Amino acid sequence: MDFHDDEGGANRPSYEPWSEARAGEIIAELRSLDGATLPILHALQESFGYVPEDAVPLIAAALNLSRAEVHGVVTFYHDFRREPAGRHVLKICSAEACQAMGCQDLAARAERALGIAMGETSRDGQVTLEPVYCLGLCAVAPSAMIDGRMVGRLDETRLDALVAEVRR
Amino acid sequence: MSGSGNSLRIYLSRDAAAVAVGADDVAMALLAAARARGVELDLVRTGSRGMLWLEPLVEVATPSGRIAYGPVTVADVASLLDAALGDGHHPLRHGATAEMAWLKRQTRFTFARCGVIDPRSIDDYRAHGGFKGLETALALGADAIVEEVAKSGLRGRGGAGFPTGIKWRTVAQAKAAQKYIVCNADEGDSGTFADRMIMEGDPFILIEGMTIAGLAVGATKGFIYIRSEYPHAIAAMTAAVVAARRGGVLGGSVGGSSHAFDIEVRTGAGAYVCGEETSLLESLEGRRGQVRAKPPLPAHHGLFGQPTVINNVLSFAAVPFILEEGAKAYADVGMGRSRGTMPIQLAGNVRHGGLFETAFGVTLGELVDDIGGGTASGRAVRAVQVGGPLGAYFPQALFDTPFDYEAFAARDGLIGHGGIVVFDDRVDMAHQARFAMEFCSLESCGKCTPCRIGSTRGVETLDRIRAGIDPAGNVALLRDLCATMKFGSLCALGGFTPYPVMSALKYFPEDFGPAAARLQAAE
Repeated sequence: MDFHDDEGGANRPSYEPWSEARAGEIIAELRSLDGATLPILHALQESFGYVPEDAVPLIAAALNLSRAEVHGVVTFYHDFRREPAGRHVLKICSAEACQAMGCQDLAARAERALGIAMGETSRDGQVTLEPVYCLGLCAVAPSAMIDGRMVGRLDETRLDALVAEVRR
Repeated sequence: MSGSGNSLRIYLSRDAAAVAVGADDVAMALLAAARARGVELDLVRTGSRGMLWLEPLVEVATPSGRIAYGPVTVADVASLLDAALGDGHHPLRHGATAEMAWLKRQTRFTFARCGVIDPRSIDDYRAHGGFKGLETALALGADAIVEEVAKSGLRGRGGAGFPTGIKWRTVAQAKAAQKYIVCNADEGDSGTFADRMIMEGDPFILIEGMTIAGLAVGATKGFIYIRSEYPHAIAAMTAAVVAARRGGVLGGSVGGSSHAFDIEVRTGAGAYVCGEETSLLESLEGRRGQVRAKPPLPAHHGLFGQPTVINNVLSFAAVPFILEEGAKAYADVGMGRSRGTMPIQLAGNVRHGGLFETAFGVTLGELVDDIGGGTASGRAVRAVQVGGPLGAYFPQALFDTPFDYEAFAARDGLIGHGGIVVFDDRVDMAHQARFAMEFCSLESCGKCTPCRIGSTRGVETLDRIRAGIDPAGNVALLRDLCATMKFGSLCALGGFTPYPVMSALKYFPEDFGPAAARLQAAE
């Protein structure tokens, strides 16, 4: 019985290198959906780890939109990356329920330990540190998400273990 | 089947919050320990009962019902299994789950099955009374469904509290070839997790509620827009939709009738404003999630320009009960114009955090002190924010406020999605006010000026107040700015940000000054 089968993505997926042909296949598969822009952007990011600039004209052509419109959508949403993230992504919830349980001190501790500020990727490309506004784990606050895996009741010990994990 | 002999059935949540505190590790340890003892273990992964301070909560099936143990760590598993196979005594034992005071005090209409059943099993859902509301709806027909929902007094559970029956009637009466049902599962408010728990713990109830809505208004297509921060909920809902299609609930012939209805699950992309219904529709259509001016209402001109019912998860999830038990059974509980039950979420610095479904009318103080057990830190409660990042901060002096839409509005607060975040006496309320403004500036869709520019100016003004620069003048400016945002914004993001800001200023004025003065005041 595997509990990490389909939920949460416990293991970090490995991404394919950018390929216009592969992107074209993904777009062709999803373009007939009603309001296909977001599903296409999610699928591209799932495959490549980010939404490369080169994908924008392909989407625009397939959906009969202007490049500016597609660019506008990509940049509007916090989820879509325009550059690859680090090999690990550590998100620390920064919303009110986690603030009430001291998430700010933990975020500062993570910044110090990793030598980067919130929103940055380490220079060796090992880790990206980001705030997230609510994982819905507000009753087991403070919380974090590491490569898609949820962590509740975060404290200094558990945070240090996560930092060690992303450094490996 | 029971605690005797060589087989054992154990229930353990797979809810994201339970998993986040180790439920999967406990599951593996249970399986390994059972194997080592030659015990055949039937491990059922359920949703959460909502007693999140006890997660991971292990429930052992016995002839006298399920017995609860929690919070369980991997280190507890061996002794727990021995106890389950023996006389049951264990330091983590809480007795029969159903008899636990926290659960017994609740009125669980919507969450009756959550934590009880296997959320992946449509048969388990049916065995626990699922789809009875849908059967009634198919027998009643469209007009009678709408009347039943209207009579129940159900109001939107997303925050605004608009009567659901009126919304449905408007769409039912609209003439169009295509109508849509849209479920707003973009629950982004900090302190709220009821939608997530329903989608992970009882997803078929949402499918049933949306299908009833489809029958009521003549819509054949539904969308569930789930925020991307909820990967477990997305997986659970996607699996449930597939199972419902296979089970003949969704598809060309709903429950064997002549009605067609199908559902598609869509994923948001990290924009808080998409929880606003018109932004959500824009996002579903593939655009930037910018607010639409109303009118026209989505009921007339919604998704792809068609008449659309857009409701929150909890609104749809309340509907099967109303159809099955009748509008009166729902309306009989509650207070004033707030009928039925509200799944209240206790979060933040609280001893007993979790989900507590109860009739409207319980006071804020009862919820925080009595049910929530006060703060987790053991320090004094200083402030509670009700209704998410756009909700007001209430001091203890307002703890007599009953949980009721109108009672909260009368005190310049809002219930929102039923989230309560507790803060102890270490909270800096000027910081919380600044955070509210900053959050608004980060998440503003940019369409209207009061929200887009006002929130940025709000951050700057609060920084000046905290730095001790002309405090009186800047507080006056802040009030003016909040009034402009409240009355000039297109939607609730800009319009409600003044609630946390002004309530912090009103009830905790001692925090709005230079840092040194605050420290002196605290001593």
